[in-house]
Amino acid sequence: MSGTNRPRRGWGARLVILIPALWLAVFFAVPFLIVLKISLSQSAIAQPPYTPVLDLAAGWQGLKDWAAGLSLESYALLASDSLYVSSYLRSLQIAALSTAILLLIGYPIAYGIARAPRRMQAVLVMAIVLPFLTAFLIRIYALVTILQREGLLNDALLALSLVREPLVWLSTDTAIVIGIVYSYLPFMVLPLYASLEKMDDTLLEAAADLGCPWWKAFWLVTVPLSAPGIVAGALLCFIPIVGEFVIPDLLGGSDALMIGQTLWTEFFSNKDWPAASALAVALLAILLVPIMIYQHIQMRALEHR
Amino acid sequence: MRRGLSAFNMTAVALGLAFLYLPIAILVIYSFNASRLVTVWGGWSTRWYVALWNDEAMLEAAWTSLRIAFLSATAATILGTLAAVVLVRSGRFFGRTAFSGLVYAPLVMPEVITGLSLLLLFVAIEADRGFWTVTMAHTTVTMCFVAVIVQSRLLSFDLSLEEAAMDLGCPPLRAFLTVTLPLIFPAVAAGWMLAFTLSLDDLVLASFTTGPGATTLPIRIYSEVRLGVKPEINAVSTVMIVVVAVGIIAATLISKRGVVAR
Amino acid sequence: MNGSSDKTRPLLRFEGVVKRFGDVPAVDRVSLDIHEGEFFALLGPSGCGKTTLLRMLAGFEQLTEGHILLDGQDIGDVPPHRRPVNMMFQSYALFPHLTVAGNVAFGLKQEALPKSEIESRVSAMLALVRLEGYGGRKPQQLSGGQRQRVALARALVKRPRVLLLDEPLSALDRKLREETRFELVELQQRLGLTFIIVTHDQHEAMIMADRIGVMNRGQLVQVGPPSEVYEQPNSRWVAGFIGDINLIEGRVAATGPQGTEIKSETAGRLHAAQPADVSLGTSVWLAVRPEKVSIAAHAPEGSQTNVFAGKVADIGYLGNSSLYKVKLDNGLVMTAVVANRTRLLERPIGRYDRVWLSFPSDAGVVLTR
Repeated sequence: MSGTNRPRRGWGARLVILIPALWLAVFFAVPFLIVLKISLSQSAIAQPPYTPVLDLAAGWQGLKDWAAGLSLESYALLASDSLYVSSYLRSLQIAALSTAILLLIGYPIAYGIARAPRRMQAVLVMAIVLPFLTAFLIRIYALVTILQREGLLNDALLALSLVREPLVWLSTDTAIVIGIVYSYLPFMVLPLYASLEKMDDTLLEAAADLGCPWWKAFWLVTVPLSAPGIVAGALLCFIPIVGEFVIPDLLGGSDALMIGQTLWTEFFSNKDWPAASALAVALLAILLVPIMIYQHIQMRALEHR
Repeated sequence: MRRGLSAFNMTAVALGLAFLYLPIAILVIYSFNASRLVTVWGGWSTRWYVALWNDEAMLEAAWTSLRIAFLSATAATILGTLAAVVLVRSGRFFGRTAFSGLVYAPLVMPEVITGLSLLLLFVAIEADRGFWTVTMAHTTVTMCFVAVIVQSRLLSFDLSLEEAAMDLGCPPLRAFLTVTLPLIFPAVAAGWMLAFTLSLDDLVLASFTTGPGATTLPIRIYSEVRLGVKPEINAVSTVMIVVVAVGIIAATLISKRGVVAR
Repeated sequence: MNGSSDKTRPLLRFEGVVKRFGDVPAVDRVSLDIHEGEFFALLGPSGCGKTTLLRMLAGFEQLTEGHILLDGQDIGDVPPHRRPVNMMFQSYALFPHLTVAGNVAFGLKQEALPKSEIESRVSAMLALVRLEGYGGRKPQQLSGGQRQRVALARALVKRPRVLLLDEPLSALDRKLREETRFELVELQQRLGLTFIIVTHDQHEAMIMADRIGVMNRGQLVQVGPPSEVYEQPNSRWVAGFIGDINLIEGRVAATGPQGTEIKSETAGRLHAAQPADVSLGTSVWLAVRPEKVSIAAHAPEGSQTNVFAGKVADIGYLGNSSLYKVKLDNGLVMTAVVANRTRLLERPIGRYDRVWLSFPSDAGVVLTR
């Protein structure tokens, strides 16, 4: 009524909120609760794929049975086996290193695009996005061809006499990092470009006018102003890289796994669903804070228009 | 000062693009290699395309992937556009932070987590896994990408246009459909395109949520690639790249023309 | 349409209208009647709530308190698309994906009128705003003035009970703006419609409107015809917002039918022809428009009321007039504006010259707030 400040919401407006909200709740939020639940079951009870996952039909008694059946066994396994701990650490390490390299490579590219003539910018952005749209798996596969022992990279290095022996690229961490940087570059460049493109040229002119050399102006004006883009780009890369599966699987070695591979193996090879779920919960726990920061940035971009 | 920098800028952009495109170019060139050995150049040939044409399993997988991509992209575009409208237009409402979390989190969530949790959901509700579960999984993740793209367009949309429509006697829903939607259409179409290619491309979600009889192209390619590099994969990859690239360039040109005509 | 002959009932009535955004009142207890056929201007600085008031009338903002009555009916719960009022937006809000004719026809299509009627009304309207032959163009292909006329046509073609104009001329350059002011007034009189315009430009409001409502900080501070608002402002704020003003502070020494006697510590004895409705000794301000102040190089003969001696501190040459800032012997700075009726070759008064300012008793207004 006219006594309140709230905009009145008709049925149509409520439906607009409800449809996507329900979809995401059912297909994104609820599944996490199931993962959490299964991670607390014992592998003996939860034999795939016919686990009695949620026995809600049994009502209160079912709930009690379920609570009694909760077990921290899977988490104990995670903590005790150094394989899991080391694969967590490895994933974080590789993700951090890759994100740093992505930032170092992505920033000059984004800066170059933002400084290009207006008409060129759209084309260049498109050129950056286009490979991202053309089949991620295929691009990793393309790298396999290039990085293998008799591959083109070694051919080129030998032809240029930079090395005498063909180097081992494939199945190394270097290959993983190359693959990650290659696949995630657009994710880094786009947020950086978005924040650099908004920047007023006259700011740099003002800095120059006030006696600031260009490299100093870059460091004192451009970089701080693009900080939101740096954080957004870094998070947009770092978070999914930690759980990356395809790249380490195709390019990395089999001796040391990243956490995404471990999860995959637990699930598909060992068929240990509770262990895989516990891995997912632990991975999510590590990534929760970065994800919340990312969401906060997105929300702020929404409010500041 | 600008000049010295601009040579550096151009080099950075050029090297970046070379890094992105060189592997793809090599892949395309080697798909025309006559030699069975992928690393040895044996002259130009289209034999791998012929082999691909006769590979029924591969074609079947491609057809499955295309259907899933089309359906999930369409559903994701509708849901994602609604989500974007909610994010930009609904102001404050109960659960807004939770809602935005549900939209933004899938963008960065590692696919293994999303895939595993969706599978466990499908098992819990005893859904038959296969074509439809993969489609729903892809819809869930790609709708968030659509939402982000449409959201950024809606943010710059002049609200007074919609108000003008209502002022002229147009009810809110019709105002959105006749004024807002045509004007944000390029963003909606770009969202569809992105959702389509993401779905066509996805290995992890599909591997978790698929069932018997619904092998998608990436699953098929992945199982082949694991066994080693095969020239036929280069051929199928080239076909996919060409299809997607042509689609994107066509979409860009169409929306460009729209901009020029305006 | 019956309401048009009913002179006692206003076409539009605002009753204690309040709009709060959070705790901030954007519109604060506004009550106002607007009559059929009136050209009414809401005038005020930016952020004073005038646009919010207009948007509440159009239905884009909900009232926090109060009522808006159109033809005696409360329209508070009527959604925008069912209100018989139309708005011309500040940005024009022309649909970029439709042609000029498509834009003008948009509102008629919502009424599901027959195609032939839509066509004839659109072409008649385009003729009225002198845009025949432009129907097939897109808004982006028009000049600023043409776009403004399309926006006007699009709203007018709906035959609204009230046409709302939100800063309709602010996007035009000065010359075009001045021409368009008269065109709008002429159009309004020809069509006999009720116009409500929102503007921050006092010249615009004074030239165009029959009545002006001056708003400040969400409140309607004065309503009246342009001459009244200019000549009889009811507060120092209104006097200063509409044109320049000299304010001299003092206390009422005597008041009655022969006028008001004011004793000022700085300016001595002052006299205003108008009686003041205040008790003796009350602190008041005498407000005098600069163009009503005469400047002379010699002390005037006769009565020394409303006469002040001082030194010219600054002269501003404005072309058609000159502005003198005079520092009085008592420290007060007053401004006088004199029309430049002769060329400036032998200007009698220069900077630092000793001058005498004076104004007649009927030039000043006594303000209590």
